[in-house]
Amino acid sequence: MQELIKNLGLIINATLVATPPLLYAALGSTFSERSGVVNIGIEGMMTIGAFTAAAVAHFTGNAWLAFLCGGLVGALFGLIHAIVCVSFGADQTISGTAINFLAPGVAIFVCKALFEQSSDTPPLDIAQKLPKLFNGVFEVGSFWNNVLNTYIATYLAFAAVAVVWFIFYRTRFGMRLRAVGEHPRACETQGINVYRIRYIAVIASGFLAGLGGAYVTLCTVSQFRPSVIVGQGFIAIAAVIFGKFTPHGAMGACLLFGLCNGLKVLLGSGNVISPNLISMIPYVVTIITLVLFVGKSRVPAASGKPYVKQK
Amino acid sequence: MKHKINQNNETAQNILNNKVHDILHQNALYTIIAIFFGFIVGGIFLWSAGFSPFEAYAKLFSSVFSRPKYLIWAVIYATPLIFTGLSVAFSYKMGVFNIGAEGQFVVGSLAALCVGILVDLPPVLHIILCILAAFAAGMIWSFLVAVLKVRFGINEVLSFIMFNWIAFYLSNYTVNTESIHKAGGGEASKDIRESARILLPQSVQNILKNDKANYGIFLAIIAAVAIWFILTKTALGYRIMAVGLNPHAARYGGINSSKTMYIAMSLSGALAALGGAVQLMGNSMRISQFAGQEGFGFQGITVALIASSHPIGCIFAGLFYGVMKYGGSKLNLIDAPTEVIDIIMGTIVLFIAISHVFRYIITKRLQKKEDK
Repeated sequence: MQELIKNLGLIINATLVATPPLLYAALGSTFSERSGVVNIGIEGMMTIGAFTAAAVAHFTGNAWLAFLCGGLVGALFGLIHAIVCVSFGADQTISGTAINFLAPGVAIFVCKALFEQSSDTPPLDIAQKLPKLFNGVFEVGSFWNNVLNTYIATYLAFAAVAVVWFIFYRTRFGMRLRAVGEHPRACETQGINVYRIRYIAVIASGFLAGLGGAYVTLCTVSQFRPSVIVGQGFIAIAAVIFGKFTPHGAMGACLLFGLCNGLKVLLGSGNVISPNLISMIPYVVTIITLVLFVGKSRVPAASGKPYVKQK
Repeated sequence: MKHKINQNNETAQNILNNKVHDILHQNALYTIIAIFFGFIVGGIFLWSAGFSPFEAYAKLFSSVFSRPKYLIWAVIYATPLIFTGLSVAFSYKMGVFNIGAEGQFVVGSLAALCVGILVDLPPVLHIILCILAAFAAGMIWSFLVAVLKVRFGINEVLSFIMFNWIAFYLSNYTVNTESIHKAGGGEASKDIRESARILLPQSVQNILKNDKANYGIFLAIIAAVAIWFILTKTALGYRIMAVGLNPHAARYGGINSSKTMYIAMSLSGALAALGGAVQLMGNSMRISQFAGQEGFGFQGITVALIASSHPIGCIFAGLFYGVMKYGGSKLNLIDAPTEVIDIIMGTIVLFIAISHVFRYIITKRLQKKEDK
C-alpha cells in the first residue's frame, strides 16, 4: 500500500513537471485560434523563449526576470506573425512555418555567437532556476512532498488557465475576441476593431508560448539545447484542438499528455516495456479518444482566413 | 509604308509590354525577391555576430560549386527534399496542409530499411521491393489520417502531428529490435544489403569522385514529372484541383470529394515516404536512433512554398535547398553558425507569405506609369 501511494506520488510529480510547458503554450494557441488566427509557429516561439530565458538567467542570475524575458521574446515573434497575418493578410500556416524556421534558427545562432560556438547554454545553478513552493516543508520523498513541492511556475500555469477562462467568458474583451474568431465582419459593423483584437491575441499567444519554453529551461532541463523543445509546441497545438479550443479543455488534454509522460518515467525505470513504445501512448490515446468519445472539434469559423478591413 | 512600320513597332511594343506583365504576374519573380531578402536578413545576422556576410556567402557557394564532387553532394542533399516538397505541394493543391510529411518520410525509410535488411533478393528486384514497401507504408500512414478526417471529422493537422510522433517512436523502437539493430553498433541499425542500394556504378562514382552518388535524383525528377502529369492531364488531377479550389462546388459538380481525398492524400504520403526510402538507399544506408525530428518533412514544406506548389518547381526549389543545406554545413569552417541557413530560409518563407503585397505595389506602380 505504501509502495502504491509512493508511486502515485511520483506519477503525479512527473505529470506536474511535464504539463506546464504544454499548458502555457496551449493557452497561447487558444488565444490566437479563438481570435481566428492559426498559430503553428508556437513551436518556434517556445524554442526562442527557452533560449532567451536560459541566457538571461545565466547572465543576470535572476530567474523571474529570465522567465519574463522568455515570454517577451516569444511575444516579439508573435508580433511578427501578427504583422504578416493580420496586417498583410498572408496565409497563416505559411507564416507560422516561417517562424518555426526563423525562431529556432535565431535562438541557436545567437547561442553560438554568445557561448563560443556551442549550441548549448551553460547549465544553470539551482539559484539561477525558478524556485519551488513548499520547499523543505515536507519530508523528502514523502507523498505530499512529491505532489505539492513543485515549481511556483507550475502553480502559475494552472492559475493562468483560470485567468484565461475568466478573460474569455467573463470579460467584454474575451467575448469580442471569440466573436472576432467567428464572424469578423459582423464585429466590425458593431464598431469592434478586428485588427487590434487579433494583434493582442497573437502577441499574447507568443508571450504564453515563450513562457512555456522558459519553463523548460528554468525548471526542468536547466540549460538550453537545440532539442529542448522537440515538438512540444506541436503537441500543445494538438491539445488545443483536442480540448475543443477552450482553455479548460486544453488543460485536460495537456494533463493527459503530462500523465503519459509521468507513466513513462515510472514504467521506463523497470525496463519491462520499451520506453519507445510507452512514448507512443499519448499520441495513440489522443487519436482513440477523438474517434470514440470526442468527435468533431469545431474550429472557430473565421480561423485561418485573413480578414480585410471594410473601407 | 510609314504607317505600317509604326504599326509593327506598336505590336512589338505590345508584345514587350505583355512579356513584362507576364513576368510581373508570375510567382517566380516574387520568389526571387523573397530569396534576395532572405540573404539580406541572414547577412544582417552574420554581420552583427562579427562575420563578414560576403565572406560567409562566398564560402557557402564556393563549397558547393567549386568541384563536381561537392555539387553532387548538394544534389544528394536535395533529393529527399524534392520528394517531401512534392508531397506537400501535391496535397496543398487539394487544400490539405501536409504537416505529416515528416512522419510519412520516417515510415517510408523504415519500411525500406526492414526490407533492405531482412529480405535477400537479387539487386534490381530488391530495390524495387524496397521502394514498393516504402510507397505502401507512406500510403497507409497518410490514408489513416484521411480516414480520420473524412469519416470522423478529425482535424488533419492534429492527426498528422500525432502520426509524426508515432512514426518517430516506431522508428526508434524498430531500430532497437534484435533483428534490425547492429550488434555493438551503438544506436544505429545494421546497414541495408548491397543489393538494396541505389548507388551509381563504381566507374561513374570514380569519375564524379563521390561514393554516395546515386540514382535518387532521377527518381525524384520522374516523380515530379508524373505528379505534374497527374495534376494537369488526368481526370484525377482535375478532381483534386476542383476540390482544392472549392469543395462545395466540386461536390455539386458531381465529384466524389471523399474518394478524391483518399486517393490524393495516400499519394501524397507515398511521395514523402519515397523520399525516406531514397535517403536511406542512396545516402545513409542505415537509420540511427533519433533524438529529435530530422526535419525533412518540415523542410519539404519550405520547398513546396518556394516552388509555389508547382511540381516541376519543386525540383529547382529542392536543389536550392540542397545547395543551401550542404553549403551551410561548411560554414563552420569559418566558425560561422550554420543556423544562418534556417534564418535565411525562414525569412524567404515569410516574404513569400507576403508576396502579394509586393505584387500589389509593383503592378500599381506600373499601372500609374502606363496611365501617364
